[in-house]
Amino acid sequence: MAVPVPERFKRAAMVTMISIKDVKRSLLVSLWFVFLSFPIMVIQVNPVERTVVWRWSNMLYMGIASLLLSFLVRIWLLRQERRLAQKQLSSSPQPSILHLLLKQQKFRYPLIIGGSVIVLAFPLIFSSYQANIMTTALMYIVLGLGLNIVVGLAGLLDLGYVAFYAVGAYSYALFNLHFDLGFWPALPLGGLLAALFGVLLGFPVLRLRGDYLAIVTLGFGEIIRLILENWNAFSKGPSGISNIPRPGFFGVEMSLDQAMTFMYYLMLVLLAGTIFVVNRLQDSRLGRAWVALREDETACQAMGIDKAQTKLIAFALGAFWAGLIGVIFAAKTTFVNPASFTFMESAIILSIVVLGGMGSITGIIFGALILILLPEYLRPLSEYRMLAFGAILVAMMIFKPEGLIAGSRRVYRFQAQKIQPMLKNNE
Amino acid sequence: MSKPILDVIGLTMNFGGIRALDHLDLDVYAGEIVALIGPNGAGKTTFFNCLTGMYAPAEGEIRLTSPETGKQTLLAGLKPNKITELGMARTFQNIRLFSRMTVLENVMIGRHCRTRSLIFGAIFRPRKTREEEQDTVDRSYRILEKVGLSGQVDELADNLSYGAQRRLEIARALATDPFLLLLDEPAAGMNPQETAELVDLIRRIRDDGHAVLLIEHDMKLVMTLSDRVFVLDYGEKIAQGTPAEIGVNAAVIKAYLGEEVLDEEMP
Amino acid sequence: MDYFIELFCSGLTRGAIYALIALGYTMVYGIIGLINFAHGEIYMIGAFTSFIVATVLSIYGFPLAAIVVVTGISAAIWSSAYGYTVEKIAYKPLRNAPRLTPLISAIGMSILLQNYVLLAQTSDFLPFPELIPEFAFMEPVAHIIGSSDLVILVTTAISMLLLTLFIKFTRLGKAMRATAQDKTMALLVGINVDRVISATFIVGSLLAAIGGLLIASHIGQINFAIGFIAGIKAFTAAVLGGIGSIPGAVLGSLILGLTESFATGYVSSDYEDVFAFSLLVLILILKPAGLLGRAGTGKV
Repeated sequence: MAVPVPERFKRAAMVTMISIKDVKRSLLVSLWFVFLSFPIMVIQVNPVERTVVWRWSNMLYMGIASLLLSFLVRIWLLRQERRLAQKQLSSSPQPSILHLLLKQQKFRYPLIIGGSVIVLAFPLIFSSYQANIMTTALMYIVLGLGLNIVVGLAGLLDLGYVAFYAVGAYSYALFNLHFDLGFWPALPLGGLLAALFGVLLGFPVLRLRGDYLAIVTLGFGEIIRLILENWNAFSKGPSGISNIPRPGFFGVEMSLDQAMTFMYYLMLVLLAGTIFVVNRLQDSRLGRAWVALREDETACQAMGIDKAQTKLIAFALGAFWAGLIGVIFAAKTTFVNPASFTFMESAIILSIVVLGGMGSITGIIFGALILILLPEYLRPLSEYRMLAFGAILVAMMIFKPEGLIAGSRRVYRFQAQKIQPMLKNNE
Repeated sequence: MSKPILDVIGLTMNFGGIRALDHLDLDVYAGEIVALIGPNGAGKTTFFNCLTGMYAPAEGEIRLTSPETGKQTLLAGLKPNKITELGMARTFQNIRLFSRMTVLENVMIGRHCRTRSLIFGAIFRPRKTREEEQDTVDRSYRILEKVGLSGQVDELADNLSYGAQRRLEIARALATDPFLLLLDEPAAGMNPQETAELVDLIRRIRDDGHAVLLIEHDMKLVMTLSDRVFVLDYGEKIAQGTPAEIGVNAAVIKAYLGEEVLDEEMP
Repeated sequence: MDYFIELFCSGLTRGAIYALIALGYTMVYGIIGLINFAHGEIYMIGAFTSFIVATVLSIYGFPLAAIVVVTGISAAIWSSAYGYTVEKIAYKPLRNAPRLTPLISAIGMSILLQNYVLLAQTSDFLPFPELIPEFAFMEPVAHIIGSSDLVILVTTAISMLLLTLFIKFTRLGKAMRATAQDKTMALLVGINVDRVISATFIVGSLLAAIGGLLIASHIGQINFAIGFIAGIKAFTAAVLGGIGSIPGAVLGSLILGLTESFATGYVSSDYEDVFAFSLLVLILILKPAGLLGRAGTGKV
């Protein structure tokens, strides 16, 4: 579309123009927040020593922060209105810059190759401490991809995802404790047990509406955690199980550093496998059925899709990956206890999926990297981590529900004259 | 004459204390276009919902007979997806497309019940799955050609015009290979040109061997298109017959125009 | 027998608190069909505001009666303000979005508010000042039912009564009922639906604040995380009674309170929360319409 230059300037000018009324409103909003946050932000009491601290500076910060935020929202709203007026929203949502960059052949291969080199050489370049953090990030990517099957593709809001993670971790811990089972047999076993739990939970909740399903899965997650916490004879209660062996590699003796590095590569392989499988699932009869189910259950059934079966498979597959990562988690930390499997863990994984983009593999990779690495490297800010996660969930739903990188639909090739099937893959 | 492909006997449906359908009888034969008409709230869509297993009727029998195999099935307590698999597919009055999927994908969903591959096929993509997928794509494309949407296959369903969305609904239902197609107000919101095209499309669908049962308010469309017409009012069947017979049926005119008009104009 | 009565009374008290929170869930659900996940946090903020105000006043040596009144009013004001703001920020822009969108937003709000209080205050458990004295006339039955139990029951009963009168007889209450019945119709007959929704959040938050104040002074300590479990339990109660139904919420809360009390008293206190969660899962699976809810055929 060719827009004359002056026209575009005018538009840009109008976008940034904020009326007096807007300023007044923003000031009011900021005043309201100052009032709202007054008792909790300003007053700090010490009931034991019976002292009161009045933190008036907090009031100022709150006022400034809310004023700025309010301005930003107003500008966004103005732009949105303008865009609507110009009907630029007519066709599919505009792909993000990153996505465009990846689409361009010129950038795509250098980016991918460069990325792979860094990823492969990571433990060689950086310390094992860094590699350890990266391993955690990789684990969350896989967890995000697993939850993405359930939430992003099939549209089933599972708030108890961490329960399957716990099942995986505890199955390795317990089988190792009682039967001396090694890491390698435990890995698939943990995944399968988690998948079994997924099916067991899936069966009764299939009939439920979306929001009820969310609450039931949340309840289920909490039940699992509470059982682990209280059933001492079974799970050793809150103190957890320690001395879980790290994964071996054909009996090679490894130092702690080497073990960490090995863990990193192991995770990398697992991630590559997960991306491959999730990509193929997405792009299959089953994957289409999940997305259709997310869009409209009734229409799905009318089109002959077995709702129960399709949902169950989504649940089981999602749980399978959580179970796998659970085993890895137990092996990596050599210790499990119920405190690692709270609702907040589910919320973190959900934030990754929501931030990155439901149904988008690239999006989830970026989502996990941002949410897991940023707090690690911005140590002073790390205590604001959960606050930010909450804010991200709200802000994403309001401003960009499709996520940073929206999943794009596939374009198919058809051969009317049946020369040769040519399935070409665009993400 | 052979057996009807759809045979409904004494179908009754209640909502709370209200009787939405009252001992309704209806049949459709292979190769027919049958219309179901009646004033708003007469129970037409409820009837479709009972047929397709979305509602559980209180009384009555619904039998579906495949014209090819002659196999008869009693649709009692069958899930909607099973009924579609048997060979009866529907469209929705309030368009229910998968709005964030492409036009082609919408139709491909219709092929779901005619294809089999699952987890293993998805991950390992054996030859059988690849062939099945390609077949799904090709068939879906041909159906889109038939309904005149082959130019917009990669568009999101949401971005189609209203009339095109209605046609996509029909394409999606056709993809399930139904021998009986239920259309719920297919012409609603269409302009005369689009309606004319729709009439043509429905005729072609019939000629391809799908019987059609449709709910419609557009009387002109009903009268030109259908072989037989059933008229519903307050959940009861008040008339049935050829379009010509229905056009002069006193009860039908009364239901549509009200008592007074009838008294004044028909001495 | 005394033990039974004691459990019964403590069950009623629990139930009363749940009811105060559950009403907020049920009213909001009735009107906009959203599980207001952040509602438990509003209750927590009510309790926290009470804690701050009451402690400040007691440090500055105000008399008990003044402390009680000012604390109650502040808790009510700030809780409703938070409830109102949460709706405006997190739910109003999503009024026409797909069903799960506002739910995720609500979960985000819940996490945000929890951590906001955690960061601005502390993660420790804080001792709550004693606001309810031991009444002399309760002496003979003190081993069965405490003074604070009595205060909770009476306050809850009065709140329920006022709520019922409000909904039955005031203009706003009638508008709420109309909106819950049919939002489009309400709009057509000239009801300001936005205002009704705001009012619903404010009333729900007000009740939650009362609950927060009462439970904090009953148990004697609070921290930032109390809203999460209490919220889920109150939601369980609302679903048990039939979500959207106000008498249902009260009935469900009492049943849940009594069940928990007897289960922890006679079976095991380790699994206190497990009982509630299991009950939640069972009801949603077996009878999602609840005891007093309307079961309907979904519209196709």
